[in-house]
Amino acid sequence: MLNVIWLFMIVISIIVAAINGRMETVSQAVFDGAKTGLTVSFGLLSVLIFWMGLMKIAEKSGLLHLVSIALGPIVQRLFPDIPKGHPAIGYIMSNISANILGLGNAATPMGLKAMEELQKLNPDKERASPAMCTLLAINTASITLIPTTMIAIRLQYGSSNAFEIVSSTLLASSIATLFALMLDRYYRYRTMNKLR
Amino acid sequence: MYQVVNLLSIWAIPCFIAFILTHGWWKKVPVYDTFVEGAKGGLVTTIRILPHLVAMMVAITLFRQSGALDLFLELIKPLLVFLHIPSEIVPLALLRPLSGTGSLAIATDIIAQYGPDSMIGRLASTMQGSTDTTFYVLTVYFGAVGIRNSMYALKVGLWSDLMGVVASLVVVAVLF
Repeated sequence: MLNVIWLFMIVISIIVAAINGRMETVSQAVFDGAKTGLTVSFGLLSVLIFWMGLMKIAEKSGLLHLVSIALGPIVQRLFPDIPKGHPAIGYIMSNISANILGLGNAATPMGLKAMEELQKLNPDKERASPAMCTLLAINTASITLIPTTMIAIRLQYGSSNAFEIVSSTLLASSIATLFALMLDRYYRYRTMNKLR
Repeated sequence: MYQVVNLLSIWAIPCFIAFILTHGWWKKVPVYDTFVEGAKGGLVTTIRILPHLVAMMVAITLFRQSGALDLFLELIKPLLVFLHIPSEIVPLALLRPLSGTGSLAIATDIIAQYGPDSMIGRLASTMQGSTDTTFYVLTVYFGAVGIRNSMYALKVGLWSDLMGVVASLVVVAVLF
């Protein structure tokens, strides 16, 4: 699906640019886009190196295992395929908590560690497992308690009550997340029936 | 409320870092060596993600700068007028799943133009805050472990983005 969308976006853009007589923007946009990709990766690099180092300590000290056992039952309901006490559960739990607190910088490394652990359990290394799809659904919808960036921007533009969007964001993101989880369940059962 | 939330977001990470380090030290883990060992993983992961991000960003930038996004907006305009959706918010809703920085720029622009406490300003804040960038998350998470076949994950992500937009419209209309 991603192959088709990617192709579609690029080809349509070039055709539209040709019709509008904006062909010169195409090559500029290609280089700009590539540069953005690199800048974003660099931003990610420092964050990933730090958090993955820190999480290794939590893993070795047994802290992650403790978290997995304590909060396992909650995560286990969402991810029935993960064995009890598996490190993936600890990482998933940290990923969800960081998302809720609006700590995007910390959420991504935890989510990626969770992905690595899920990949170890995945029988087909090139195809996403149901657990991976569920983790992705949670992260794309992402329940948010404190939308830090938006509050900062509202303050900057002189809002009289910058925090009033906390309730609306929490409500809207909860609805979206619930919907994502239900949809994920539906597709999971449908593909499982097809494979059988 | 303001102070509590502010304090929580300032204190959460430092406390978390201090707690992990002291717990590791207490359990006799060589903290520095372990940190460096784990940190190497971050380097490997980033290098694996890099080509995916470049590919995605090229497509997204091209789509915006060529005018394809504007054309698409123009095409669906009658539908939006019919549904009573304010047209100023549409570019934000469309760009939200594609680009986090792009949609943030639009949300900031809306707030600067209409004011943060206006209806449309609140709507923009809620929409931007309530979902994450689906294409970015998919690219990074699956790219990091080398998944090629994303199964139904993209479909679920995009439908829930739409749900997030609808939920934002309804919630803001009801709450404020």
